Amino acid sequence: MTTALSTTPGGLTTGRSTMTTTPTTARLGKITVRHFDFYYGEAKVLHGIDLDIPERQVTALIGPSGCGKSTFVRSINRMNDIIPEARGEGVIEIDGKNIYAGGTDVVELRRRVGMVFQKSNPFPKSIYDNVAYGLKIGGTRNKRALNDAVEKSLQRAALWEEVKDRLQESALALSGGQQQRLCIARALAVDPEILLMDEPASALDPIATTKIEELIWELKENYTIVIVTHNMQQAARVSDLTAFFMLGKVIEFGDTKKIFMNPREKMTEDYVTGRFG
Amino acid sequence: MSYATRRRIISRVAEALCALAVLLALLPLGMILFYVIKEGGSALNLAFFTQMPKPVGEPGGGMANAIVGTLILIGLAALFAVPIGCMCGIHLSEYPATRFSYTVRFAADVLNGVPSIVVGIFAYGLVVLPVKRFSAIAGGVALGILMLPIVVRTTEELLRLVPPGLREGALALGATRSRSVFSVILPAALPGILTGILVALARVAGETAPLLFTAFNNRYWSTNIAQPIASLTVQVFTYAISPYDDWHRQAWAGAFLLVMIILALSISARVAVRRLERMNRV
Repeated sequence: MTTALSTTPGGLTTGRSTMTTTPTTARLGKITVRHFDFYYGEAKVLHGIDLDIPERQVTALIGPSGCGKSTFVRSINRMNDIIPEARGEGVIEIDGKNIYAGGTDVVELRRRVGMVFQKSNPFPKSIYDNVAYGLKIGGTRNKRALNDAVEKSLQRAALWEEVKDRLQESALALSGGQQQRLCIARALAVDPEILLMDEPASALDPIATTKIEELIWELKENYTIVIVTHNMQQAARVSDLTAFFMLGKVIEFGDTKKIFMNPREKMTEDYVTGRFG
Repeated sequence: MSYATRRRIISRVAEALCALAVLLALLPLGMILFYVIKEGGSALNLAFFTQMPKPVGEPGGGMANAIVGTLILIGLAALFAVPIGCMCGIHLSEYPATRFSYTVRFAADVLNGVPSIVVGIFAYGLVVLPVKRFSAIAGGVALGILMLPIVVRTTEELLRLVPPGLREGALALGATRSRSVFSVILPAALPGILTGILVALARVAGETAPLLFTAFNNRYWSTNIAQPIASLTVQVFTYAISPYDDWHRQAWAGAFLLVMIILALSISARVAVRRLERMNRV
């Protein structure tokens, strides 16, 4: 099941057992989650999540539908704020600062924490304007700076060669896979530190999926990536660490290789071997 | 008779009735168009567009002032109704479930049902009485009020059709809520909103009653919006109830032109949508 891609550089092993004994103030990762609960109105969908997501690694969130992994990933850039009656309790720290503390500038947070959605959502604008959007709303007016950022972002998203001659064409004329890479480029353009991906390849064909996976592997050089996926082979291929979610709880979190080859929990094993879910 | 046969017969009868209903519904439209073209088409000539009305008894003349007047009036109406209507529609789509929004929506629907003559009286009291003068502005206000509910509801409905993913995409890039609305959601809904505006314009372009005591009429060339102004509809009305054959012909020509203007507005609405959508979507 595991592939050459799933080796963990630096021998980082953030097993769950290590975590629980860590005092809450210690920082193990770029993103530190402590006792995080989430509610939709009365319904509690996340129960006391504790995770330490390391910098410049790919962390995969897996689990059956409705287990809360999407809700969790959308909590990291407070995307759930737009849902009425939804609220998070507990601590999610990025670089040691709790993003759920009062006075947090959500706009600023979202510029640091980019997001790519399950369904590619390019704006009905030109390819160029899609990528430049984040910079423009951030106040960048300099034409050359914009041009450079657009080119760089499209290159990073491995889309430049395909679109460089038609930057002014509508983004909606691109194929599904290209649209998703455009959305990645758009997120990269504002130079975030963290990239959240909510099932970025679930609506794509295998070839487009492979491209996205290769891209994720390259992007982790510079970005901390959290990816939600339904596809366990994908998690095994692209991630360094894997968290298994179930019914709103983290059942097991650790080295991807270990989660897939030698999980500590019976439930994890049943899930990754396809016995349920 | 077997059940199957009976079922087939009932189905045929129902189909025939539906077809008949469609024909009956289209018949008046066809007849109106036919009659207006027959009577008005022949009276329409270049002079009708370029010349001013002639005094009774003098043949010829045109409605140049009324044509320009109608364009000014619907321009003013759009100027009043579009900004207010669009902003209002944005509010309704952004805060759809508040008590205030329900009230506004209900008010818009009521306003939509208010007879146009009542709107005319209202504009009379609001704009004409204080300055003691009929004016194009007053006419524009009356027509604007009639346009308003259509613009509000179309804007709201079209904004709500924009996929929520676009908003999330904008917010995820660090856009504020208003920024996401004005830079992404509104542009995405623009083709449809534009159609709504043009359709509303086409509707008010044909109004007569609210202009009678707001814009009044003007036998002379005037583009001063603080003065009474002629309009095709009022001109057609005045000419149609006159006892002169020559004026009757002119009234038909005016009616024909009105129908054409409304048709042109509807067609340009469709063309604009297709253009914008091509730009937007592929």
